[in-house]
Order: sequence, then C-alpha cells, then structure tokens
Amino acid sequence: MRTTESLPELQRKACRLRQHIIRMVGVGKAGHIGGSCSCADLVAALYFRVMQVDPAQPDKPGRDRFILSKGHAALALYAALAERGFFPVAELDRLKQLGAMLQGHPDRLRTPGVEANTGSLGQGLSIANGMALAARLDGSDGRMYVILGDGEINEGQVWEAAMFAAFHRLDHVIAILDRNGLQAMGPTKTRLDTEPLSEKWRAFGWFVIEINGHDFGQILNAFNQAKAHRGSPTLILAHTVKGKGISFAENNGAFHNGIMNQEQFNLANRELEAALDGLQDQP
Amino acid sequence: MTEAQPNRVTYGSTLVELGHRNPRIVVLDADVPKSTNTCQFQQAFPDRFFNCGVAEQNMICVAAGLAASGKIAFASTFAVFASMRACEQIRTSVAYPRLNVKIVATNAGLDNAGDGVTHQGIEDLAIMRSIPNLTVLSPSDPVTTRKAVLAVAQQDGPIYMRLGRNLSPLLHNENVDFQIGRMIRLREGTDLTIIATGNMAHAAVTAAKALSEQGIQARVLDCHTIKPIDREAILAAANETMGIVTAEDHSIIGGLGSAVCEALSECCPALVRRVGLKDCFASSGRDYRKLLAYFQMDATAIQAEAEALMQSRRAVKVPSMLTECPAI
Amino acid sequence: MSRVVTTKTQNPRVAYGEALLELAAHNPNVVALDADLCKSTMSTLVQEKYPERFFEMGIAEQNMAATAAGLALSGKLPFIHSFAVFVSGRAYDQIRQAICTARLNVKIVGSSAGLSDFGDGATHQSIEDMALMRTLPQMTVLSPCDAYEVKKAVWAMAEREGPVYLRLSRNDVPWVTEADTPFEIGRIQQFRPGKDLVIFATGTMVATALEAARQLAACGISAKIVNVATLKPLDEAGIQRESQGMHGVVTVEEHTVIGGLGSAVLEALSGSRVPVQRIGIRDGFGTSGMSHAELLEHYGLTATAVVGAASELMEGRTAP
Repeated sequence: MRTTESLPELQRKACRLRQHIIRMVGVGKAGHIGGSCSCADLVAALYFRVMQVDPAQPDKPGRDRFILSKGHAALALYAALAERGFFPVAELDRLKQLGAMLQGHPDRLRTPGVEANTGSLGQGLSIANGMALAARLDGSDGRMYVILGDGEINEGQVWEAAMFAAFHRLDHVIAILDRNGLQAMGPTKTRLDTEPLSEKWRAFGWFVIEINGHDFGQILNAFNQAKAHRGSPTLILAHTVKGKGISFAENNGAFHNGIMNQEQFNLANRELEAALDGLQDQP
Repeated sequence: MTEAQPNRVTYGSTLVELGHRNPRIVVLDADVPKSTNTCQFQQAFPDRFFNCGVAEQNMICVAAGLAASGKIAFASTFAVFASMRACEQIRTSVAYPRLNVKIVATNAGLDNAGDGVTHQGIEDLAIMRSIPNLTVLSPSDPVTTRKAVLAVAQQDGPIYMRLGRNLSPLLHNENVDFQIGRMIRLREGTDLTIIATGNMAHAAVTAAKALSEQGIQARVLDCHTIKPIDREAILAAANETMGIVTAEDHSIIGGLGSAVCEALSECCPALVRRVGLKDCFASSGRDYRKLLAYFQMDATAIQAEAEALMQSRRAVKVPSMLTECPAI
Repeated sequence: MSRVVTTKTQNPRVAYGEALLELAAHNPNVVALDADLCKSTMSTLVQEKYPERFFEMGIAEQNMAATAAGLALSGKLPFIHSFAVFVSGRAYDQIRQAICTARLNVKIVGSSAGLSDFGDGATHQSIEDMALMRTLPQMTVLSPCDAYEVKKAVWAMAEREGPVYLRLSRNDVPWVTEADTPFEIGRIQQFRPGKDLVIFATGTMVATALEAARQLAACGISAKIVNVATLKPLDEAGIQRESQGMHGVVTVEEHTVIGGLGSAVLEALSGSRVPVQRIGIRDGFGTSGMSHAELLEHYGLTATAVVGAASELMEGRTAP
C-alpha cells in the first residue's frame, strides 16, 4: 500500500528517521551518520509516499523495490523499515549486536524489507537491473528504486550497469544519486572527481532530473516524472548535504563514519526535537 | 541418448530442455554464448536470454536481481572471468544472500589451450570452494553434465559449475546414479584410490588400466562435486586402500587435492599425492593433450604418482601413536 | 626460549603506515595508491609527506590494481591499499591477470582483515583473502603476528621482487616478538618448544596459540608453537620437520578453514599420516558484533578452542 503523507508529514517522518539514526549510533561508537542523513529525506519520500510496499507482505509480487546500493547508509533504511512496520522499532536498539536482525550493512536474509545485500559499493544498480528484467518478464509494474552514492560511482561496475539499463530500456529502474559531495576520505572533487554528472548519465542514455534532495516538493515531483517516463531509466540527481539535519555533521567529512561524544549526541537530539516541534503545527 | 561431445554443448542443450520444462529459468551470458553454448537457449527462448556484454560483474548481479525475483538464473562465461572478474560479486551478491543463481563457467583449465594463460582458469575451484554457501561442481562427461545441470536447477541456492572446452568422452552410462555430493565409482580396487574431477576422470581410468597391468589395482572415483565433498567416499578410500592420488585440471593449491586433504585431516590422515598444475601459470598450446603432458597432468603423470605412492607406502613405517580411524 | 604474549599492544595498521613512510623516505621509487580508505589503511602517512607519490584512486579497486601494474612496469614500487575483502576480491582478476601473470613488483595490502571490522558485518569481513591469494601463482602471502613483524614484513616485501600480499588486522594486537627477532619471508619460526604436538598459527592467532600453550602446559601437555608469517611460499620442509614425532597438528587462523593456513599445512603434510585439526571459521560468512573479541569467541577462534582441539588430538579422538 502506498501511504499518502502530506509534505509536512513527510518532513516530520524524515526528522523521525534522523532521530533513529542518531540513537542507533549513540555515543562513542562509529556510525555512518553523514551518508545516512543526506539521504533520509529521499528514503522518507520513498517509504511514506512513493513506493507500493506492504510490511505485512514483504515479498508480495509486483511490489516496488528499494535497493540501498550505498549500503553503509543502512541506518536510514533500517529507520524507515521500522517506522513503516516491517519490524519492531525496538530492533533498532540491537543494531550490530551479535545475532541481531540489523547488521552493519543490509542483509536480506536477516531483515524483513531489505531487498538486497549491499555494503560492497557498486553492485546495487546491477541487482536492480535484474529485478527490472524479471518484472518485465512477469508483466509486473513495480518500480526499482536505487540510491547510489556519489563516491560509489567511482566503481566501474556502476557504469556497466548504467549502460545495461539504458540498452535494455529499463524505464522501471529509477536511480537516485545522493550527491553530497563527500566520500570516506574527503570531498569527491579531490578524491576522484566524477563531474560532470548529469551530462555523463545523459550520455549513457538516462533521463536525468536534477533536484534539491531535501526539498520534498522537488523530490515528489521528480519521482512522479520518473514514474511517468518511458523508454529509458531515470536518474534523479539529488543535491544533498552530508549529515543534513545535524549541525555539527553537515558537510563534515569526519562524520562519514564518525563518533559522537555525549555533548554532540545531546545536541543532535535537541536539534531534531526542535525541528519536530517546529513542524508540529503544520497540517 | 547422450553423445560424446564437449560438455559445454551438453550444457547448452540441457538448458533448452530446462527452459521448456520451467518458465522460471532465465539465462545470462557475458558475450560468449557461442562458446558457452547458451546460444542454444537464446535461440529457443530469446525473451528469457540476456547477453550482458563483456561485463561480468554486472551480469552476476543482474542474475542476483533476477533470482531475488523468483527466477532461476543461469549465468555463463569463461571460468577464468566468472571466478575472478566477478569474484566479489559472487561472494557478496549471490552466495552471502544464498540466491538461486547457477554460475556455469566453461572453457575451464588448460582445456582452453590456445588462448593461453589469461583465458585458462586454473584457480576457480580453489576460489569458489572458499566462499560459504556455494555448491561447486565439476562433472566429467556429457552424461553427468546433463544430470548435473538438471540437478542444480532443482536445488535451491547458489551453484558454481565448471566445464571444459573440448570433446569429453562418455564415461558413464545413461542410468548412472548422479547425486550432488556423492562420488561415482568408476573402477574397483584396493591398492590405492585415484580421485579425479572433470576432464581428469577419463585420464584416471586410463591410468588405472595401465596400473592394473603392473598388478596395482586402483579404485577410481569421479568426484563431480567439489563442495560439499563426499567425505564418506574419501574416508573409505583412506581406510580401505593404501593412499590417494588426486587429479584435476587445476592448480594443486586449493582445489580437489586440498579438499581431499581437508576431509582426511582430523581423523583419517592418509598419504595423498596431488596431480595438477604445480602452482604455475601454464601457456598456450595447440593441443590440449600435449599441454597436459607437458605440465605433467595426464594419465602418465597420474600413473607415476600412483607408483610413487605405492613405493612410499611400502617404505613408510606408520607411527605407533596413530590410532585406528573410528567409524564415521 | 619461548615467546610470551605481552600486555603491550599496538595497532598493526599504524605500524604499517610508519614502516611504509620510512620505506618511502629511503626509496624514491615507492609509490602508494589507495581506494578512498587511506586514513584507515594508514597510507595517508605517505600522502601527507610525499603527496606527489600518493595516488587516490577513489572507490575503484580494479582500476587501482591495474594502474599499479602500469607503475611497476615503469620502474616504480607501488603499494596498493584497501580493506582485505575489497582488494583481494574486487580486484582479483586484475591482480591475477595484470600483476601475477607478468610477475610485477606490486605490493597489495589488505587492511582490516578477518573479523576485525566487527561492526560492519560480512560484506567487510574478509575470511577468504589468504585462500584467494595463495591460489595465485607468483604471489607471496604474508600474515605477520604483531607490530614488529608488520614493520619487518614491509621492508622484506619491498626487497622481494614480484607480487606480495600483506594481511593486516584492524585492531590492536599484543606484542609477541621483539625488535631484534629475525624475520625472513618463507621461513616458519618456532616460538615455543614442545614435545607432544605442534600448533601452527598465523597473524592475530599467534598470540592466541601462545596463550593456549600456556594453558596446555598447566594440564601437562607440551605444545610447540610455530609462527607461520609466510603462507606462500610455504616453508614445507619446516612444516614437515616441526611435525615429525608429534602426536598431532593444530592450525589456527582468523580465516576460513578452507584454503588458508590449515589447507596449506595439510598440503605440506600430505605425504605423512599425522592428524591435523584446523581452527578457523567453519565455512560461514562473518556477522556484525559489538567487539572483535566477541566475534572471535562466537566463531571459536580462542585459546580455549585451541586447547580443546589439542586435547582431542592427545586423546586420539576425532574432530566433532
């Protein structure tokens, strides 16, 4: 079932996802805060507005499917799955514990709602292609949504997958590039600059829509366009801020896989509470 | 009636057979369908065939995506590229989530003689064996190849199967009992055991005949499943014969020979001599048989190792602290 | 004289980075390449001091390996870096085809090996890297036991012509050797004498084996401990020599039992009939956990497990 949250509701949901992200990481332990927060709005839009999924039937044929190709942002995915009801929210507290449902990177055998095992970058788009081919064979209208990282596209396999998707006219593949400008060791521009992005993807035969990845109006509009588009896969090039929503993490490479101290943890919680409060009065 | 033909040709025709029986079967290839023989499936079922181009990693993950959508995905290319170029994808996207992907890699071993080192996969069994959740097969002749392909389609979960390039003589009759994980006894004997896989099974039978003329009776086992290996057959060989010679068109590191040693290690150590490529790259050759002879991997080499094993067995005093091997 | 496990520890990655920096100062041909993990692998030390000799390759391990081949073909001495699981698995074909077949002088460093990246889970835990690398002709495979050995390994691998793979744990390991303990590629070393059985260990498990020997001694079992820092070329003669006259052999590795140290020792001993018990990960993927120690416990890579295996061998019982 698709949910029909309004824009303010989606903003609240995204805030909630960020609250979960911060709590899952906690104090004194490393966690991929930056990359999880940069895509939290996109993930919220997908799970609470765009995608046809049913937590009661996670394997339902014909469903929309989401692959977090940048698997290290698992925190965002786990938060959304929990909020959406794929598993109890309490599981979030057990993240990475021995024997827990929630692993350091997504594991489809252990976690309901996870569609593919990712974490080794560059493989998710190919997997989505396979799912799209299957959907076409089965006459299913489900879409395959894939979030890629802008560092991730350093990997050659991504370009194999891009060529393939366009060649096979997989218009049910909708990829979102979480362009936050930072990868593990620093700015993407200085590690391996992959610009110009939209030109590259167009040259590979993709329909490209460029948006602000934190503006729900633009996000939803892009998904609508993507779903209506035929004949080629779509790339939504989402300009985002790494660590969005947490002041000390925003645009801060240290929080790619960073550690919060108690003060930072408290500050993050306060900021997110305040953000939620500010959204409360909106319909 | 199965004919003597390259195993990869049998693979191709069996895929078509499968395609008729089961609409869930889909086939992918990395732009070598005429070599792997997936072209037969392509002709019969063009809408269920996907040529992924020279992009093996993408191919394996596309197969993963298809399998995660309820398909039974066969993905083929040369053994050297399947096992290495897409190594991490097989590990992470196929084996780790236990997806129903069957990687059937052809032109394995020195059987890909002319193309030379870059195209001769001589490490694939070692690599694939080390990956958890993956079943690894290496059938010897057209009869067992057909049965293996049918069996893997039935078995849920990831599979790697290696096939050679050239003509494989018939070793088994049509009614042979083929079960994944069970070796097939090709010849009886109690002096020593030759455990061979793939193309080497035929060489093993030839070697056993020559040994018999010298009064050495070798048991010959066709080990078509490298993982899970038939531990029972190996332990029986160690208990009932004086030692084991393994033979594979593969490095002696990490493949069948190592698997046999591992199976014996804890409770039933036995003398094992390994025939295979001696930790080196091979080379191009016009003739596969000559290449095997040059690198000491043919029937003559198997015979020589068997003779050496018998010699050393007579010379070795079994240390007194070794206990009898308990029944498993 | 027996080695003992000290309480002092050091991070092998830091030791590695320091050694690489010293090497780079000494040899102007040394270049370092990394796949966007330099602050983790510690190749960043070279980046900071000699930026012109450091190449950030981005998250593109295959391109990194093949680029290193090109550098080696031009007289440079490239060291490439990533997590063990990515540098050994993702770039495997390039390592084999571009580097090994041509026997190029490229040094491959697999960091955060084994279960040491405990939180990230199976995708980041390399439990097959030694099996993969050992299979390749022309490859040398090193697995040092402590920070001293890491440094010596770096210098030794730079001296050695041809491809070399070096496996490093992520977390602190206790000191087992000393600054003047000899290190030679291709030679095993007895770290503790013993007359009942021999335990061959590698990498992080050497300290574990030494602890097991201490516990076994208290039960009246004399276990010889041998450090196998070079998995390839394996010191087969040494393995056979150390195994002679022993009731049995135990191998210990933070790695799958298929294809790694255990299998290498079995291959070396295939001409004898001594029983061998392999301690390692029993053919399964890793998992997330809250600490490295927790995972080692979970997968049975502990002194207790080694003691158990050794005891069984002494009693002549079979493996479970």
